[in-house]
Amino acid sequence: MSESRLTAAFRKGRPALVTYLMAGYPDRDSSLEALRAAARGGADVIELGVPYGDPLADGPVIAEAAKVAREQEGGFGLIHALQVAEAFTADPGVEEAPPLVVMTYLNPLMRLGLAEAAARMREAGAAGVIVPDMPPEAGAAWKRVSEGLDTVFLVAPTSTEERIAVVTAASQGFIYCVSATGVTGERETLALGLADLVGRIRAYTPLPVAVGFGVGTPEQAAQVAAIADGVIVGSAVVKRQRDAGEVEAFVRELAAAVRA
Amino acid sequence: MTEVFLPSAEMAYSTPDAQGFYGPYGGTFVPETVVPALGELAVAYEEAIADAAFLEEFAYLLHDYVGRPTPLYRADRLADAHRLRAVYLKREDLNHTGAHKINNTIGQCLLARRMGKTRVIAETGAGQHGVATATTAALMGLECAVFMGTEDIRRQALNVYKMRLLGAEVVPVSDGTGTLADAVTAALRHWVERVEDTFYVIGSAVGPHPYPRMVRDFQSIIGSEIIAQLEEKALPPVDAVVACVGGGSNAIGTFYPFLRDVPVEERPLLVGAEAAGLGLETDKHGAALSKGSPGVLHGFYSYLLQDEAGNPLEAYSISAGLDYPGVGPEHSYLKDEGLVRYESVTDIEALEAFALLTRTEGIIPAIESSHALALLPRLAAELGEDATVVVTVSGRGDKDMDIVREAGLGE
Repeated sequence: MSESRLTAAFRKGRPALVTYLMAGYPDRDSSLEALRAAARGGADVIELGVPYGDPLADGPVIAEAAKVAREQEGGFGLIHALQVAEAFTADPGVEEAPPLVVMTYLNPLMRLGLAEAAARMREAGAAGVIVPDMPPEAGAAWKRVSEGLDTVFLVAPTSTEERIAVVTAASQGFIYCVSATGVTGERETLALGLADLVGRIRAYTPLPVAVGFGVGTPEQAAQVAAIADGVIVGSAVVKRQRDAGEVEAFVRELAAAVRA
Repeated sequence: MTEVFLPSAEMAYSTPDAQGFYGPYGGTFVPETVVPALGELAVAYEEAIADAAFLEEFAYLLHDYVGRPTPLYRADRLADAHRLRAVYLKREDLNHTGAHKINNTIGQCLLARRMGKTRVIAETGAGQHGVATATTAALMGLECAVFMGTEDIRRQALNVYKMRLLGAEVVPVSDGTGTLADAVTAALRHWVERVEDTFYVIGSAVGPHPYPRMVRDFQSIIGSEIIAQLEEKALPPVDAVVACVGGGSNAIGTFYPFLRDVPVEERPLLVGAEAAGLGLETDKHGAALSKGSPGVLHGFYSYLLQDEAGNPLEAYSISAGLDYPGVGPEHSYLKDEGLVRYESVTDIEALEAFALLTRTEGIIPAIESSHALALLPRLAAELGEDATVVVTVSGRGDKDMDIVREAGLGE
């Protein structure tokens, strides 16, 4: 089996930078511009967040961005987010576009219908999907209809060995390692024991391991890059999302730190 | 009481399955961070209910501390007013702290202590579950934090004060509309962060597995007592049993023993009353079963008020305990299977029922419970004057004085 687009993005002989952006924030066109800016800045993978009304796993920055996106005229949900994704993959503005991973809560997928949602994601050119409230045991129905899309599952600091085995066996593309308990958002220091957690995950899978939750500065990104295959930066990018120029400059800084 | 907790395979009604599913409903849809904790909880719960000492302590506290069994009171003047042969009220309002909520908090806090947790958190809407949790935490020497929407804090100032008196921290939640659903989300988020030392005491038969089952089991003392009390009084079988449904804990606690122990041909009609708020034709109601569609919220799959994009909608009811956009997964299953009938009751109907019980019996019910009472005229019309109906009065109405005064009752 050939390696997926997503996995390949982590296999460039150096750690990869994954940046998260919220679709539709502050509006459709600005979020599309922010995606292109992140690509120009050197993101290796882009996570595209779908605005949702009960963002259980997200901290204040991403929750607020989702709220602003949803409250624009006509609303903004999964269908609209995939339109942004499609516009980006059709014209990413860079020669080699980073693969796009859709990050959505489960209910928007269910509401649209799992098969329909998967079909639209494929049409939009998405490489994969992350569903933070869908642990592997709850993912069977989705897996049945999502061929051609990598479904990325998450390992948390609280995961037992048994859970790490379950999650790594189910995950495709890469393993999302949650660095700290709690919600997304920047933290002053990185969690102790992170290197140990990444090591434990690696014992179960050859897939790349990317670390997210709490990484907000180039310094922290460099620290994480020293122990993982990828660094995921979310809230700190979304905070700058209203200004594509700022997104590009910040992503460039992060990319340099990760690759140093 | 052991049999309540250990249903056997021969029983006709046996839910949920090992993964916490009631038909298609229920399950565990949560971030990985709490999955291990939920697994641990499910195991600890199974162990606890197989331990006679745990069940004895639970029974002892319900009896000596909560004041159970609560009476099954024959409300003759209310029955006359509705032209029914008899109406029996299951008086959960007479429990310590004034509502059924404490049946569950005693059970969950005992489990928290058994698991070595030193701290409990809870969400609350009207404040009844918050007060019950704060009370139980004080009793057991546990640290306690209660998440409550800022709008509910404003509406339920007295309960906020009570919780603080009891030593609990009340954490204001200003997200969303500042009501129950936001408080649940905030409590879940907090639990994700402090899962090592903290036990989340969920107040209704909702949330990820094993919560809906645990809450049902702890609350099923209500229905078990009703069945035993009807037998004691040597009464002929009753025609209908009614309870209100928000998340649905007093209702499932009332219905479950009937579903489990009474053969279908002898089983009374079981009816749940949801909040129709300003009317089902408006968008101001809390009737997830009548008007919602299946979806995932707060970690479980069930009927849900949601928009086209799958976002949860804001629920509305005059009663803070019924304005939840979802409903316990077992109720969704019971609705689909036709084992329980769900109707909805408007604010005005509930207020009328509130006034009638107050005036005919001298019992001031919670507005939540008034939704169940409001089904009596409909049942009288349907079943005729020979019918006997049991209504679970889930709580007392002291907390609702401001609301009924604003509505103009007693003027």
